[in-house]
Amino acid sequence: MELKRTIKFEADRDPEFVRWISHTVGGERIRHCLQCGLCSGKCPLSLYMDYTPRRLMHLSREGFKEEVLGSSSIWLCTACYACMVHCPKSINVTHLLYALKQRAIEEKRYPRRFAIPVMARQFSDMVRGSGRITESWLIVKVFLRTSIWRLFGMSGLGLKLLRTGRMPLKRERVQRRAEIEKLLDSVAATRKELAI
Amino acid sequence: MKYAYYPGCSLRGTGRAYEESLLAAFRLLDVEVEEIDDWNCCGATTYMSVDELTSYALASRNLALAERDHSEIIAPCAACYLVLNKTQHYIRDYPDIKLVVNRALDTIGLKYRDKVKVRHPLDVLLNDVGPEAIAAKVKVPLNGLKIAPYYGCQIVRPYSTFDDQGDPTSMERLLEACGAKTVRYPLKTTCCGGSQKGTLPEVGLDLIHYLLSEAQKNGAEVITTVCPLCQFNLESFQKEAGERHRQTAVPVLYFSQLLALALGAPADTIGLQRGFVPIRPVFAKKEIAYA
Ligand code: SF4
Ligand code: SF4
Ligand code: SF4
Ligand code: SF4
Repeated sequence: MELKRTIKFEADRDPEFVRWISHTVGGERIRHCLQCGLCSGKCPLSLYMDYTPRRLMHLSREGFKEEVLGSSSIWLCTACYACMVHCPKSINVTHLLYALKQRAIEEKRYPRRFAIPVMARQFSDMVRGSGRITESWLIVKVFLRTSIWRLFGMSGLGLKLLRTGRMPLKRERVQRRAEIEKLLDSVAATRKELAI
Repeated sequence: MKYAYYPGCSLRGTGRAYEESLLAAFRLLDVEVEEIDDWNCCGATTYMSVDELTSYALASRNLALAERDHSEIIAPCAACYLVLNKTQHYIRDYPDIKLVVNRALDTIGLKYRDKVKVRHPLDVLLNDVGPEAIAAKVKVPLNGLKIAPYYGCQIVRPYSTFDDQGDPTSMERLLEACGAKTVRYPLKTTCCGGSQKGTLPEVGLDLIHYLLSEAQKNGAEVITTVCPLCQFNLESFQKEAGERHRQTAVPVLYFSQLLALALGAPADTIGLQRGFVPIRPVFAKKEIAYA
């Protein structure tokens, strides 16, 4: 028989994580959470989550980093803001879930089958290069770098989009593209300078 | 007053029908718009989740460009509307973000003064034009066509000030002014799953199915949307969602397509041919004599 510890100890907590979450944008008020559960009740995805938004709020502010960053909820959240607008303590739950997602990506803890790094990369390369997204090209690029089978699975849809003129192949571009590059470079430089 | 117009990337791709019909409606209602000079992608969702600061900087270039000649921006895409609004809020609330954005804009000779207001076309049509003015210009009444108005999440939450966050009614008021009827649709602001269909298909399909079947159960002949991604999700995956649950076949249009049609715009200029679930049989059944 395999025995598993189910309670948590003080020592499992990560104080750095608590500091980080309460200083992140939107996290200022996490201490005020009442654990009322309205966020979970309003969340259309909570039925599929391992830790509902209410539980995530509590686990995060107590520093249970492993549970939080390993939670499926981060990936299920669609940023629909239902939780946030109903929170009686005006806690920006949606933004906190964003912050957790970013942290999980930083620590490379995303589910294998998600094409997140590929998506993000293709997306930002396209914005840097053209300043705008041409959906048709983005889709092709992402699919070429992930799984070809999915492209087949979607091909019925792709054809429909082409047939109805909703997949124009003409590339959308900003005229003054140098401005976009400068803008992006400046953000990177300031971020480095201020370590934010 | 002339509004600045921010189409965003989707309205040049999968959401073309939205732009075609909205601009047609604006023309027929004498709402003057001017596309923001050399606008760039607002960096919505995908960027937001991995690199927020960059998305604020990208969005702020559009705000700054618009501010030079205009005091209000119309942003039809729900994601753009949210990101532009969010950027304004966060620049106000967080000095670090403000600093990053201002420095970045400085390198390209732009300045953001927080003088421009971001508005959704529903807001402009309802509050600046008004349902009475619209009703007076209707040429093709919608003959009681039964509509489930689907708002999705991002235009009413969290920043919108023009309508209720859980039970908005702008779309109802607009479309009823055109002679349509709206059905009860309690899921009108429940999220369709966004890009969940791509990442976790089972979950995405469930959410899409609830929205479709509830509309159908309540007698809707068409669902109207205000967001290219909502429109795409609801119309493209009906068969797949039906395989998991029960089949539905509800046409999904942009509210602006029905508005433009009612104002007399010819059907082939407002993207009706771009839908996957045919709408013309519904119009025929309702004896809507469109141009
Ligand atoms: S709604 Fe707000 S206060 Fe209530 S549990 Fe959720 S975060 Fe905490
Ligand atoms: S924003 Fe995320 S957590 Fe909040 S209700 Fe929507 S899906 Fe749930
Ligand atoms: S919402 Fe999407 S498509 Fe629309 S401009 Fe922004 S990033 Fe581009
Ligand atoms: S309902 Fe879906 S597609 Fe529409 S705004 Fe919300 S997430 Fe985006």
